[in-house]
Amino acid sequence: MAARVSLFVTCIVDQLFPKVGMAVVDVLERLGYQVHFPEQQTCCGQPAFNSGYREEARQVARHFLNVFGDADYIVVPSGSCTSMIAHHFSDIFKKEPENLERARAIESRVFEFSRFLLDVAKVEDVGARLEQVVTYHDSCHALRALGVKDGPRRLLGHVRGLELREIDAAEECCGFGGTFSVKFAEVSGGMARTKIDSIVRTGASTVVAVDSSCLMQLQGALSRAGVPVRTMHLAEVLASR
Amino acid sequence: MSTLFDEKIHETLADPKLQLAIYKATGRLVEERRKAIEPDICPDYQELRTQANAVKRHTIEHLDYYLEEFARNLEAHGGKAIFCRDAEEVSDFVLSLAKERGAELIVKSKSMTTEEIDLNERLEHHHLESVETDLGEYIIQLAHERPYHIVAPALHKTREQVADLLTDKLGVPRETVIEKQTMIARAVLREKFLAADIGISGANFLVADSGAVVLVENEGNARLTTSAPKIHIAVAGIEKLIPRAQDLAVFLKLLGRSATGQWLTVYTSFLSGPRRKNEIDGPEEFYVVLLDNGRTKVLADREKRQSLYCIRCGACLNHCPVYRKIGGHSFPWVYSGPIGAILTPQFLGVRHEPGLPFASSLCGACAEVCPVKIDIPQILLDLRSEVKKAETREGTNRLERLAFRVWAWVMRHPRIYEIAGMAAAALAPSRDSGWVRSVPVSAGPLRAWLSQRDLPPAAPKSFRQMWRDR
Amino acid sequence: MSRETVLHKVRTALGRSAGQPLDQPPPVRLRIPVVELEARVASFCTRIESLAGKTHAARSTEDALEYAAGIIAGRTAVASNAPILRECGITALPGVRTGIINRDELRALCATAAVGITGADYALADTGTLVLLSSQQEARMISLLPPVYIAIVKRECLLTGLDELLTVLPRPAEQTSSMVLITGPSRTADIEQILVRGVHGPGEIHVVVV
Repeated sequence: MAARVSLFVTCIVDQLFPKVGMAVVDVLERLGYQVHFPEQQTCCGQPAFNSGYREEARQVARHFLNVFGDADYIVVPSGSCTSMIAHHFSDIFKKEPENLERARAIESRVFEFSRFLLDVAKVEDVGARLEQVVTYHDSCHALRALGVKDGPRRLLGHVRGLELREIDAAEECCGFGGTFSVKFAEVSGGMARTKIDSIVRTGASTVVAVDSSCLMQLQGALSRAGVPVRTMHLAEVLASR
Repeated sequence: MSTLFDEKIHETLADPKLQLAIYKATGRLVEERRKAIEPDICPDYQELRTQANAVKRHTIEHLDYYLEEFARNLEAHGGKAIFCRDAEEVSDFVLSLAKERGAELIVKSKSMTTEEIDLNERLEHHHLESVETDLGEYIIQLAHERPYHIVAPALHKTREQVADLLTDKLGVPRETVIEKQTMIARAVLREKFLAADIGISGANFLVADSGAVVLVENEGNARLTTSAPKIHIAVAGIEKLIPRAQDLAVFLKLLGRSATGQWLTVYTSFLSGPRRKNEIDGPEEFYVVLLDNGRTKVLADREKRQSLYCIRCGACLNHCPVYRKIGGHSFPWVYSGPIGAILTPQFLGVRHEPGLPFASSLCGACAEVCPVKIDIPQILLDLRSEVKKAETREGTNRLERLAFRVWAWVMRHPRIYEIAGMAAAALAPSRDSGWVRSVPVSAGPLRAWLSQRDLPPAAPKSFRQMWRDR
Repeated sequence: MSRETVLHKVRTALGRSAGQPLDQPPPVRLRIPVVELEARVASFCTRIESLAGKTHAARSTEDALEYAAGIIAGRTAVASNAPILRECGITALPGVRTGIINRDELRALCATAAVGITGADYALADTGTLVLLSSQQEARMISLLPPVYIAIVKRECLLTGLDELLTVLPRPAEQTSSMVLITGPSRTADIEQILVRGVHGPGEIHVVVV
């Protein structure tokens, strides 16, 4: 009987980058997992939490707990959403013992996508093929909050035909930061442009990351600058054949 | 809605020379630190951070005990502890001492704490000459500016700007060679050292078991400031305490490497009192000002008091992608960068500059490099929540609050969320595959986004629609 | 003064009362590596040289004297009262003034002398650091004012590093009002990050290991 995983696709993927979600499903199914998509899901609450609206974040987080409370494995194609759930839910529910308990229980069951592949599925080669020169951007939450650094590189290393080139300053923030990207738009744009200079120096045709928010920021800036580099989520790379 | 903060940021971003200066200077410090903590050079770097955090936590949690121990040991060696509640008490103390001793000339070594309390301005107001002796500080004193960076105060100045300053303020012929500019300052300051009545320093550390002040520097001006004049006054925030001289093994190793990549700075002074009877030189009088100025307020917050662990290395500034764009003068107070972003609201209140805790992408680079492991991003998140609570109480920023309330309501109702998503997709400009450069009507966040980058095209179907169609 | 007010505010903020005892502090962390003397000398000299200081491993006191004489070259020099300087004969060199214990006299000399010469109480091998304790034998100004600085260090004083120093000398305040660690020539990079040596302290330093 196939092991079951629940997919928290994240609101940004759901609405703007659905192919990323389909790619995650594709990879997981190929590995023999049965993917469950709880349709009541919406958001983890991060936009409100990061903007200082704790009460609103709490409301949305409660909904998340109700939807995913029973899942054995929750797979998330986003480092920042995973970090929100695994690290900040306990902040949010400090004063609600029952929900705090549920939040704590979920902490060890929620996985960023690449983490799930390596630590749970214990797979490095998913049989993908993509003939591209690619560079990898370390999304901040994935990198620093979740320690996701080597994993995606190892997974990319097994993709047939793919050449991985490191950016100088791979660990520098792309400048998205949620509402930061619009509250301090000029700074955010400047950070993206610095990142793009690094990307262009690699000569890669594609930038890969584990967070669609970073990719949206980078692709938006690449497009504005007229730089013909495209962005792909790690899941899309791993689903390529 | 443009605030002074926004304007200063915009000004800095619009200056390409300044952008380059900031980026290069911080980039160099980042690289020097990286070399100094490489695993084969400093294998126990992470252990040192853990120890430093533990020692600072313990000290801060027992600060009253260590303040008393420090004062006791200082006084046993002939020094005097002067507790001051605020900036005014510090300047009152210095002024009355200067008056009693007939002092007119003061030399100062670099101290962010004295910048915090505007000490020079206060002293000059009372006709005392107070000269900064650290080269960077001397330059910005001539320019009447605040320090641009905690460790490199004149980081933003070019040699041409320094040449202008020296000619304007000292009347010397114009000189743009940096080494020669330095020698001009050296000559001027040498005279001041030897003529000064009082030397005022800061303190990198206060050592409780020794009643000692520790100063680190590279130029020698702190040594001269604290050895040449007959009176030495060290001004230090009460949080500078560490329990034991032996703790310096950990802190000195972390401070140099984190700040400039140096294993040790050129001079480290461990000063415990006026000169002893058998010593040939050194000050006759030694005072340590122990300053509150709001630190006890920060101390009262259990989660955020860790901000007081800071040893002022500047690493967070150097690694912050936001600081590296907006520079030190965009910040509303004397402390800039990530540490400034958390200290300013804690000292001056969140209303002083409500946008400040939001001027961060929460990337976490600061926390990663902080030698004493202050969780800056967590504190920023807490401060953001405090700003919003204040706004709720005051009834300001209603539109944003309403927007998030509506957002939360939508997110709790999956059907409505879906409908909202479909509506937004329907309204979005249809482009075949291209990203969107502009829209006919845009305001607020949409306009802000589009000012810097393109917008993703609407997805023909959402993920859940595609899932259902499988 | 405001001592009681500030202390009271601290206690209130922490929820502590006057005289409340201390929890155990984290134990002191000191790690002393085992390094042979000759390896220490080598590391010491290498580090100083990497900071643009000059070093000389003297085979004898005569050798040290010859080296120092070469640097002084008849210019005015002030030597501290460290016994090692007399033992090497440095204090007898032409142009060298020593034995001064008057503060103002010493200062005036240091302000105009070309060279300052001291001993060292300790030295740190891993960072190339001299450790000077202010005393009747060592005044502060000698290693600070003159633009050229010579330090004569006895091999036996060479410790592995700061950890060992603080183990051997856990309470410097009991010995002196001023312990200074000197690591290389004075420098700054405050203008455009360009390195300049000899800003206030000596820009040229020579360390002789005897």
